[in-house]
Amino acid sequence: MTSLLRSRYAVGIGFLVAAVLLFAVAPALLTTFRLGLLGKYLCYAMVAVGIGLAWGRGGMLTLGQGVFFGIGAYLMAMHLKLADAGAGGVPDFMALISSDGVPGWWEPFRSGVVTIIAILVLPTLLAALLGLATFRRRVRGAYFAILSQALAAAFAILLIGNPVATGGSTGLNNFKGFFGFSLRDPANRQMLYFIAAGALLIMVLVARQLMVSRFGELLVACRDGEERVRFLGYDPATIKTVAFAVAGSMAGIGGALFVPIVGIISPNDVGVVPSIGLLIGVAIGGRTTLAGPVLGAIAVAWAETSLSEQFPSGWTYVQGLMFMLVVAFLPGGLASLVKRRRKPKAAPVDAVPTPEKAPA
Amino acid sequence: MNTDYLELTGLTVSFDGFVAVDGVDLSVLKGDLRFLIGPNGAGKTTLIDAVSGLVSATGRAEFAGRDLLGLKVHKIARLGVGRTFQTATVFEELSVLQNLDIAAGASRSPWTFLRKRSGVPEVVEEAMETVGLTALADTPAGILAHGQKQWLEIGMLLVQDAKLLMLDEPVAGMSAEEKDETGRLLQRICVDRTVVVVEHDMDFMRSFAKSVTVLHAGKVLSEGTVAEVQADPKVQEVYLGPGHHTAEEAAIVLGEGV
Repeated sequence: MTSLLRSRYAVGIGFLVAAVLLFAVAPALLTTFRLGLLGKYLCYAMVAVGIGLAWGRGGMLTLGQGVFFGIGAYLMAMHLKLADAGAGGVPDFMALISSDGVPGWWEPFRSGVVTIIAILVLPTLLAALLGLATFRRRVRGAYFAILSQALAAAFAILLIGNPVATGGSTGLNNFKGFFGFSLRDPANRQMLYFIAAGALLIMVLVARQLMVSRFGELLVACRDGEERVRFLGYDPATIKTVAFAVAGSMAGIGGALFVPIVGIISPNDVGVVPSIGLLIGVAIGGRTTLAGPVLGAIAVAWAETSLSEQFPSGWTYVQGLMFMLVVAFLPGGLASLVKRRRKPKAAPVDAVPTPEKAPA
Repeated sequence: MNTDYLELTGLTVSFDGFVAVDGVDLSVLKGDLRFLIGPNGAGKTTLIDAVSGLVSATGRAEFAGRDLLGLKVHKIARLGVGRTFQTATVFEELSVLQNLDIAAGASRSPWTFLRKRSGVPEVVEEAMETVGLTALADTPAGILAHGQKQWLEIGMLLVQDAKLLMLDEPVAGMSAEEKDETGRLLQRICVDRTVVVVEHDMDFMRSFAKSVTVLHAGKVLSEGTVAEVQADPKVQEVYLGPGHHTAEEAAIVLGEGV
């Protein structure tokens, strides 16, 4: 097993195992309800892949991924509500509190194509603009973390403050169909799970390519020595913005798939607390690795569900405790335990070669 | 032939009224190995900070015919100006090879960046040989010895294709042998480049400098070969003046028999 872990096929094998688990084992063993829960965790894991890239590799501690998750989710939810209401119809929650009809900016999302394009473009675009605006001004470290967190808070407040357009603090829920398929049908719910699993695997592949590419090396260089990168002739703002935009995009897609799988999206799912919750899974799993964020996010979300079933109010304490333990004793996350076994010791530099005597 | 030279005209840097560099005129030609020396606070590091775009300055700082002042740091770097810092700043988690590969790549296309590095670029190979780190290509830069980190930094400037190299105390903390190696390395690379070295190590300066500029209180005090500078009464005054340096330090700068 150890030699397998060490081999150059390790990533490919790991990926295959994950695919088999997600596409064959899980659907065979789990009930529709449990499979739906797993689908929800996979949506969190998508956000986690992005956080791993932005925070783990790029050093951008983003406490506001809920914003991009939320934009993707609300876009999808708006489309589903409009589709449920039928052509020209008014979604049920809107009709209850207002007689003004559908707001103008909702109208484009009657179209499924427009919605999908918006889900792919808007979170990415917002992340890119935000990244350029902050990284150009060399906002980083704790300041960037605070800024992103404030953004998550503002986003949640904005949603709560506009009940007619966004459902307020209740959010949007009670979706009946998904692009023409009934959400009551277990077969369709399973298909949604497969879509989520496929999307997650694709994102892991994208993250893997970005990590091993020259861009990935440069991103780590930016994290560890931004000034130095600048003196080599690169603009670190551009590099970090790309990583942040990819992370935003992944969060947006995760949010969009979350809506039909879970059946509700509310400010409680996108504000400060869930944004930090997403980060905790990444920290516990190991933020600089490929699999760490994914497994950490899934494990934390699973633990949250199971523990909340037993002790409804205990979860917050457990979550806080896990976070503190990892930060204090295992800053590299659980993934660093595996790594430590794999690399017994860094090779000591005993041979000290000197510059050549003759010109090369 | 000599288009790649550094020409400073009236370069002035002030921080809230404190003038750190005060109207410095300086030209360094290609092939020169110029040492900038001077007592603490003379403005040596501030001068190269200004040329590399880290602090804003007035006057002119031309390299290869282009004024560098007011340009962004990464733009200046792309014009062929490279520098190191007093503390070696390499990317500790990346290998020697990765460090050099990144340094070589500022002009690569975006498409190249999305792909994995295949093979070792020729410039990187050459640079590793020049600075003697070929055997350590896959070693993380963080566990290199102090001197090796400095050599890696110089190697990064080479692959970056810097025509003007500004090194800030490259031999600080090195052993005597490492200093000699570094000195010979600098002599080799200065042949077709312009090299400026800020240094406090006067033995090192006397062994390897081709020319010397002495800064004092932000101004150029003296300029010439090592012997000329040592013989300059103004330099003796600064180094022997009360409260600046001990007799031993002055003896090292000015040579024996002062």
